[in-house]
Amino acid sequence: MAVSTTAGPSAAASDLGSLLTTALLTLFIMAAGIIVSVVFAVGAYALISLILPAYKLIGAVAVMVLGVAACFGYFWGSNRLLDTIYPASGANIGANVTKANAIRPWLFLGPAIVILSIYLVYPVFNSIWLSFHGPTGQGWVGTSNYEWLARDGGFRESMRNNLLWLIVVPAAATFFGLIAAALTDRISWGNIAKSLIFMPMAISFIGASVIWKFIYDYRAEGTDQIGALNAIVTTFGGAPQAWITVPFWNNFFLMVVLIWIQTGFAMVILSAALRGIPEETIEAAIIDGASPFQIFYKIKVPQIWGTIAVVWTTITILVLKVFDIVLAMTNGQWGSQVLANYMFDWMFRGLDFGRSSTIALVIMVLVVPIMIWNIREARKDMR
Amino acid sequence: MSTAVGQRPALTWAVNLAVLLLVVIWTVPTFGILVSSLRDKDQLAVSGWWTALFPSEQSIAARTAPPAEAAREGANWVLRGNVFESGSGRISAFGTSIQRPSEFKPGEVAEMRGGGTATVEENGDYVVTYSEQPDDTRGERIFVTALEAPKFTLANYRTVLFSEGIGQSFINTLTVTIPATVIPILIAAYAAYALSWMQFPGRALLLAVVVGLLVVPLQMSLIPLLRLYNGVGIGKSYIGIWLAHTGFGLPLAIYLLRNYISGLPREIIESAKVDGASDFEIFRKIVLPLSFPALASFAIFQFLWVWNDLLVATVFLGNNEEQLVMTGRLRELLGSRGGNWEILTASAFVAIVVPIAVFFLLQRYLVRGLLAGSVKGG
Repeated sequence: MAVSTTAGPSAAASDLGSLLTTALLTLFIMAAGIIVSVVFAVGAYALISLILPAYKLIGAVAVMVLGVAACFGYFWGSNRLLDTIYPASGANIGANVTKANAIRPWLFLGPAIVILSIYLVYPVFNSIWLSFHGPTGQGWVGTSNYEWLARDGGFRESMRNNLLWLIVVPAAATFFGLIAAALTDRISWGNIAKSLIFMPMAISFIGASVIWKFIYDYRAEGTDQIGALNAIVTTFGGAPQAWITVPFWNNFFLMVVLIWIQTGFAMVILSAALRGIPEETIEAAIIDGASPFQIFYKIKVPQIWGTIAVVWTTITILVLKVFDIVLAMTNGQWGSQVLANYMFDWMFRGLDFGRSSTIALVIMVLVVPIMIWNIREARKDMR
Repeated sequence: MSTAVGQRPALTWAVNLAVLLLVVIWTVPTFGILVSSLRDKDQLAVSGWWTALFPSEQSIAARTAPPAEAAREGANWVLRGNVFESGSGRISAFGTSIQRPSEFKPGEVAEMRGGGTATVEENGDYVVTYSEQPDDTRGERIFVTALEAPKFTLANYRTVLFSEGIGQSFINTLTVTIPATVIPILIAAYAAYALSWMQFPGRALLLAVVVGLLVVPLQMSLIPLLRLYNGVGIGKSYIGIWLAHTGFGLPLAIYLLRNYISGLPREIIESAKVDGASDFEIFRKIVLPLSFPALASFAIFQFLWVWNDLLVATVFLGNNEEQLVMTGRLRELLGSRGGNWEILTASAFVAIVVPIAVFFLLQRYLVRGLLAGSVKGG
């Protein structure tokens, strides 16, 4: 955007005028680029699906190639257009380059801003709007969705359980991750051990739910147990239990699944942090005669508090969104409901967009403090 | 650090043992699924997977050949055969009625309800003797309690891939994953370059927005987007889910790539500018090639995330054969085949084997990406 050094009302007006021109031109080039490349990609896709047999995978690969081509096409084409309008040659070269440089960043950012606005920003506002409307999104209902929420037993149960999850899962995953990081750094086969502990990260929540449901499997007393947990319990003389149906405690059996998945994440981050600790502090402690435990708790851990906080908050966000595990293991029965699954339930079974948007907003509100903290930390880093 | 431990062999042992314990706890659940998916389904149903290598006691309901095929031996008509369809085992008891399946010891002679007598030997050979020529075309039922040798089979995988629909879902998942992994990369890379190396008003604000959007819960977006899709006629289609995954992946992509691209040496980019290269050329010829590790990190995250996603697929794709992805299929099987562990374990393993392979092959990039900043996770 052209910066004016002369003051005065007429200069301000022409400033505003040139700003407007720049903005409109930016929007025009951006729109032209996006429309042309999308039309080109869609047309090419239609052509391909006309010629080639309708194998889905070929279609998917074609979409991938065309998508990348369309992106390149947009960036190349819009830049070209900009350079044609403001050529970096001729009499006005200086002014042209300045004007082009004011527009170019927005062309680079264009597709990202459009997509982010549609997929993440607009939904936030639309959800707020929906939360004041009826089941189909029509008809203003005032705050009745919120009043319903405040009195709803299912919501209270979800909040209680989410609170439990928020306390237990980040704490346990960070703790085990820290232990695993500290121990694996000291042994020769540490990298293999790390890989194996890290592996559940790659498994889907639903796959992990199958894996753990198999462990919690219950057979009537007296028959052979095929679930590992009940087999262990009966070996030691206990009575087998249908673990995931025991109210209250079943929450913890579900949490184990997420802890199992997330420990590897915590371990990898914390292990890098531990390695980044200056050797001198440790050497000084050794010389002072500190035991390995003292070194760990009094020297190392205090130096990586920042990283522990990052790990903790990242897992906290994940916990707020946890959904697949509860859906697959209990579907919220036996007192194990959580917010994300409750929202899903009202969306798909209750078919009430108003109420489920309200629940989604509650999740959003819970995330906001962490969001603000993240933004502040990020801005600190960037300075 | 090894110096502190090296002097204390007892502590070294304790550390090794503790790590071993952690590794066992973290790998055994997955290993159990793998072993179970390879076991015979009848054995899997009655014994834990940790006994897979030992013979197991089983109740088998066998059916003899049709009595009409009985061969004449002297004054009698006789049927011969073996109760084990495949493999072998040792019989400890047998019976001819379902109420008393272990009434007789091997070698004893049992009267059958429909006339005739039956004997089962320890190795499973049976002899059914009739005094008159039978004309039944349905075989007699014989119940045996057998100690069966361990059986491993790929039959479960055949079943889930071809008749439980996992094969089809595998293709559906791939169809979702391939474009949804690749398309966000370029869009994010250009945005990341602009946010790192170009000067424009509002840059800091945009960056803050991206960091904020990193943690916006997906749940917020589902209903508005569903209504939007229905409004513009996209409905439940692949194009809808590709775009949705692109949108949900973009904040992480922009954030990771910006962290990397803004760390590239300033001299390279400035000297290119001095040589008269435009931003477009600098990006394509210098920044993009140099950023390969970051691009790879994000691609792996996005691949794992899209492949493993259930929520977005459930909302934006249909529940039919043509669109049901593997996670959705697994969820359905958990409901409909809750007790059929041979189906569930084999399906689960098919669903997790690709991400695990990607994980082990490309772990280096994954770790690098994780360390490059906070992460959306799962």
